[in-house]
Amino acid sequence: MSEELDWVALSGRRAKGKRPEYFDDPALDRLYSTVFALAAEVSALRERQDTVERLLDAKGTIRREDIENYAPDRQAGEERGLATRAYIARIMRGFQQEVEALDAGDPPIADIVEKLSRE
Amino acid sequence: MSADLPPPYTALTRHPMMPRTTHDEAARFNFLTHFNRYLSGPIGAGNRLAYEKRVLPAFRAEHGRDPEHRYEIRDAMNKDPWHRTWSALKRNSMEMRQHNGRQVVLRQLDELDAMAKQYNEHSGMLELDPAVEQPHYQTAVDIHCQPGGYHSEERPGDITVGANYDVGLFATTGGALGGLNDGGGQAIVEWIKQERPDWQPRRILDIGCTVGHNAVPIAQAFPDAEVIAIDTAAPSLRYGAARAAGLGVKNIRFVQASGEDLSRWPDGYFDWVQTTMFLHELSAKAMPRILAEANRMLAPGGLIFHIEQPQYSDEMPLFEQFMRDWDAFNNNEPFWSAMHGQDLKQVMADAGFPRESQFTVGVRAVVDPEIFPPSPDDGEEDYGRAAIWNAYGAWKPVAQAEAA
Repeated sequence: MSEELDWVALSGRRAKGKRPEYFDDPALDRLYSTVFALAAEVSALRERQDTVERLLDAKGTIRREDIENYAPDRQAGEERGLATRAYIARIMRGFQQEVEALDAGDPPIADIVEKLSRE
Repeated sequence: MSADLPPPYTALTRHPMMPRTTHDEAARFNFLTHFNRYLSGPIGAGNRLAYEKRVLPAFRAEHGRDPEHRYEIRDAMNKDPWHRTWSALKRNSMEMRQHNGRQVVLRQLDELDAMAKQYNEHSGMLELDPAVEQPHYQTAVDIHCQPGGYHSEERPGDITVGANYDVGLFATTGGALGGLNDGGGQAIVEWIKQERPDWQPRRILDIGCTVGHNAVPIAQAFPDAEVIAIDTAAPSLRYGAARAAGLGVKNIRFVQASGEDLSRWPDGYFDWVQTTMFLHELSAKAMPRILAEANRMLAPGGLIFHIEQPQYSDEMPLFEQFMRDWDAFNNNEPFWSAMHGQDLKQVMADAGFPRESQFTVGVRAVVDPEIFPPSPDDGEEDYGRAAIWNAYGAWKPVAQAEAA
């Protein structure tokens, strides 16, 4: 560990240069920062659990050191990569379906309700 | 199926200077690698849809014509809710990459600094010059949103920004640059070996080398050549020199110098002057100065070679130009937009490279396919991050130099 530096505080230093504001309400910009940092943490937790399970499968017992030193082989790496991809697809479903909806160009559901009520 | 998946972070080559990641730090990079691929792939497509379905029709209704410049598209797209959302996601991904990389580096900075110092004292491959000032185009903003840019120190003599740059490239590029993040340098080597199989340059200069990840493969491919890698940023050079020494490379020297004043090297000294993803990090006045210096230092028959993203041209659709411009306004790449808007061939010609001596060629990252499956960017350009580049080069005419 670095003894003189507060590495936790320093890690979060901002980059020089004004940050663009993406949403009209700045709270939304902050919320995105938190939600996606959390998403990354959940992903890391899932990976850690997968590591524990694989080590237990292989050895029946584990030490913390085993977890820290674990590196998946090619097959395990692909299985975990696929799991991460599936996880991202789950948390991003709303965004992905917005893109699909943009392409589909459906009329408002009220229009369908009204139309079918008459037909 | 597996070809679509990036390799795990732990597949990166752990050279001696590479900061060690804990299990969870590596896992965070894994998330970001996948997330970046997702943002440029499945939901990146929403930008074009938003443009075609909403933004362009609204622009036509308001102005009675199509947009005539990429900036008109940018102004209109910046009001579109989808583009705002996508941009917020992408910006956050970059910030998270920086945060994770800095946590990795800073918590072990004592060991990393000590190791770099030891390597650099013994190798003799690092030459710093405190008199070199950081150019304003490097300090106006922190490039790539990397806190501290390439040049700042957390404490005197440290290597934080260089190490952070190295540990996070994997996530930024979606794992497309290979085990040593050197796919760009490897691509240059592959190109030159095909182009001039018998060429043996004696002296090679890499300008704007950062941590030397693209210069080291060149030094390895030409072990009899003397390679000089320059940059203005001491912390990047300290890390880069130690990294190269740790990889066992001996024929490279990292020198702190500005590309705008290379008077220490005589006319015609180098056989090859190289820049890799560097020209867009300059300023409008600096770029021609550096190219003129390169021309002066290049030996007759020598090669100048720039790896870059493609220039904007009349043939490139304005929407694509706008998308490629994203980093200029959202990722602290202030010269990106202006640089890619220039007629680079004319700029090169003004610097002394006749148009008939110039060429452009497409190159893509060369990586070990056993570990790093091809990135899924075949034909799906992600406007700046994919490991596909244009290279702008020139062979300096022999006759021109003799006449001069």
